[in-house]
Amino acid sequence: MAEATVKPWGETTIVGKPIPRIDAYERVSGKAVFPADVILPNMLYAATLRCPHPNATVKKIDVGKAREMPGVHAVLTDADPEARAVGWYSPPAGATQMMSRLFDPHCRYEGEEVAAVAAETQQQAWDAVRAIQVEYQTQPFVTGMEEAMKPGAPLVHSGSNQVAAPREIKRGDVAKGFAEADVVLEETYRTSCEIQAPLETHGSVARWDGDHLTVWDTNQGPFGIQSGIAKALNMPLSKVRVISSYMGGGFGSKQEAGKYSVIAALLAQKAGRPVRLFLTREETFLCVGNRQSHIMKLKAGVKKDGTLTALELTGLGEIGAYPSNASVGYQIGDLYKCPNVHTQELMAYINAGRQRAMRAPGYPQCNWALEQMMDALAEKIGMDPIELRLKNISTVCQLENKPYTSTGLRECLTEGARVFGWKEARSRPKADGPWLRGVGVAGGMFGEQFGPPATAIVRLNADGSVDLNIGAADLGTGTKTVMAMVVAEELGVPLDRIYVENADTGTTPYSRVSGGSKTVFGDSPAVRSAALEVKARLLEMAAEDLKVPQSDLVFKDGAVLSKGGKKLTLADLVQPRTRQMVVGVGRRDPDLVDKIVRPFATHFAEVEVNTRTGEMRVLRMLAAQDSGRVMNLLTYRNQVQGGVLMGVGFATMERRILDSTTGKMVNANLHDYKIPTAKDVPGEVTVLPIDPHDTECSLTGAKGIGEPSTIPTGAAIANAFYNATGIRVTTAPITRAQILTLLAERKAKG
Amino acid sequence: MKTPKIEPPSPAALSRRNFFGSVASGAAEAAILTLPVEAAQPAAAPAAQPAAGPVAGGDLVPAVLNVNGQTHSLSVEPRWTLQHVLHDRLGLTGTKSGCERGECGACTVLIDGAARYSCLTLALEAVGTEITTIEGLMHGEQLGSVQKAFVEEDAVQCGYCTPGQVVSVEALLRKTPQPTAEQIREGVSGNLCRCGTYNHIFRAAQRAAELRKAGR
Repeated sequence: MAEATVKPWGETTIVGKPIPRIDAYERVSGKAVFPADVILPNMLYAATLRCPHPNATVKKIDVGKAREMPGVHAVLTDADPEARAVGWYSPPAGATQMMSRLFDPHCRYEGEEVAAVAAETQQQAWDAVRAIQVEYQTQPFVTGMEEAMKPGAPLVHSGSNQVAAPREIKRGDVAKGFAEADVVLEETYRTSCEIQAPLETHGSVARWDGDHLTVWDTNQGPFGIQSGIAKALNMPLSKVRVISSYMGGGFGSKQEAGKYSVIAALLAQKAGRPVRLFLTREETFLCVGNRQSHIMKLKAGVKKDGTLTALELTGLGEIGAYPSNASVGYQIGDLYKCPNVHTQELMAYINAGRQRAMRAPGYPQCNWALEQMMDALAEKIGMDPIELRLKNISTVCQLENKPYTSTGLRECLTEGARVFGWKEARSRPKADGPWLRGVGVAGGMFGEQFGPPATAIVRLNADGSVDLNIGAADLGTGTKTVMAMVVAEELGVPLDRIYVENADTGTTPYSRVSGGSKTVFGDSPAVRSAALEVKARLLEMAAEDLKVPQSDLVFKDGAVLSKGGKKLTLADLVQPRTRQMVVGVGRRDPDLVDKIVRPFATHFAEVEVNTRTGEMRVLRMLAAQDSGRVMNLLTYRNQVQGGVLMGVGFATMERRILDSTTGKMVNANLHDYKIPTAKDVPGEVTVLPIDPHDTECSLTGAKGIGEPSTIPTGAAIANAFYNATGIRVTTAPITRAQILTLLAERKAKG
Repeated sequence: MKTPKIEPPSPAALSRRNFFGSVASGAAEAAILTLPVEAAQPAAAPAAQPAAGPVAGGDLVPAVLNVNGQTHSLSVEPRWTLQHVLHDRLGLTGTKSGCERGECGACTVLIDGAARYSCLTLALEAVGTEITTIEGLMHGEQLGSVQKAFVEEDAVQCGYCTPGQVVSVEALLRKTPQPTAEQIREGVSGNLCRCGTYNHIFRAAQRAAELRKAGR
């Protein structure tokens, strides 16, 4: 398909409409089989023994008693050569040797894997794990990044607790910028460590058929999991099939192969029976990722007219016991026009579970700092916070020095303010008894959107119905529905005649992991392209059949129309009828080389704060989102509301608590680690799509929405809190305890 | 912030304990709560017969469960939760496991018409009750009223918490056919949704009330 000739959609008939998802039936009836629901004949259940210490070496391990426990069929430890051969945790850039192995005797965080057991029942597996006797030699540990960076701190790895070289963005001359400024402010902001906590815990069911392995795994994209398992077990991709058509949430934490998949596979091999290994909720709090806590020192300069002159960030992120990417600086370098920027970011090892991506990794943290700083600058120069942001909008990606295909940030700010009633809300009286009320705003962007490759296959059946085959997982974002809508739009086939097969390495084509807000952006163009290919093939065959030039034919509503107005369905055409199927394969174009695609957002919050009890209520939120074309208004709204609520969690309640005396997490459960419930939903959440009619960003005009929808929520709430109380909360989350402390401090100061 | 939904077992359920003869409910509960290593050989189950069927090992006792109007005669370990038995033994996989300690609500079922966490209910405790799972809200292959409303309002994202949410709304509407917004929030406050679909769930609950009023 010559994609250069494909025109962007103008008005659409299906795409963009609020349409219930095509697999809603499966999801509401209980019929959808999630990986955790896979129960195979003859299947065993597994459990993992985890190190209870933050830093310890396994001196001796005795599995004799466990082996004799009722129902036990296999025990796996570092003494097994097949386990010992599995390296784990890639080293920082520059090094090659894996940093650990499946059951490494040196456990560097609470929850690191020590042994595993497979038994007839889950309960027996847990019993057997408890019967394993381990002699640990405990070692000094460090649980906070600031302590970790001090000289003489216990080392997580030999050498230094600093992970690799600092990350840096440098543009212009910040010293010069600060000298030019009328106002310079400096503040240190902190955010807390969050846990992704998807409702379906991480896990796999593994089954061998000779040397072929099938793994039902809950993940955000089966191909990355497949390659991870294949690499760990030294197998060809063709021998490893990973299936994840339904999955119960990931939020970034299910993008990579887990040790549990490999352990399940090895236990299954040992026992000669399928094995199910799903983590308990407590385990997921310790060892399958988190959003790292961050300390950000931010200095900013602005002129009286609102022109930003310099931004300087010094950041430190807490990465856990093994390397990962905990950079936050992107928005400092790109959200607002600023000639002089310098960021310097360090990451520290600590003795705790390793960071993994969590919905816009690094973005809510940086946004917490930058957008509160913008609020403070605006106040200092006596300018409305929206005006200040409007003053500094860039149409060029300053980090790449290339124009954006579109930026809807200006409209997010202005339209958002209008719909929210910003001016009125801002000037309304603040106090009502002990309650103080305030409104705040924050802008934001997402800068690391994934894109190609992606391949899609559209099969037009003899009766005019369609099978769509895509590799992407549907995380609950409505991927399958949106992709079917693209086919329906292009081929005129009704949605109820389209079946979508997805996320199975054995049956679907390659797609990248559903992370980096990439699925609609990366895969929907491939789907459209495949549908166009079907059209083209069909017209070609029809022209041959009818012996007329192709230019006399058009494709409309699933059929070919001749110049004379005759409608020819698939069954009326000889070649398609003979073949019984027309197949189109579509690929995602490479990313643009001369332009940059970025989604933008602005969130507005109204809160009230009780000065006696410290209670804060988020009364309403408005999320103005520029993610390009809205593909399905219903699922879009749902997803954005979810992003906002996750932002509410970040801003008001979520926090991993590590006890510095034991090195253990003390709130590793959903009771003590708070995530938003139905009662924490703001009274009103308005979703305002801003469509810049971007015809360049992709073949479907869509940018990503999953992550941008959660980025500015926290800062908008913090700014609203400031507007209500006059108190700047620099540490997230804004808990009631913190509010009471801040109020008391202010009172003491008079 | 979460409203615990755990109510004491009904007197009727307690009286059915006699069925188990010498199986002490206290011992069974202690086993599940503390999970000692010794639990592999539960002390109290002298009346149990060795298992026939797929389960080897462990001491099993008979249990008759009434699920979705069907009677199931089973052999269970006293420490098995109702969630485990429904999901893994009866294959009713709509009843999800999310935390196994009564925090998330993914395992919510109806016991005698009221919403309960099946992970905090031992299978033996549920003997003599009427258990309804998400599958029991269907009419053959047709969706029930709450399920229809969930589809219409897109009260679903990943779908893992959805069966529990649907069952909680069902329980709410059976008790309060025309709930207020506040009652709806309260009604689903024991069910966590990490995707944050709550707003659409609220709307679906309202819509389901309308559908039921109209007799659909």
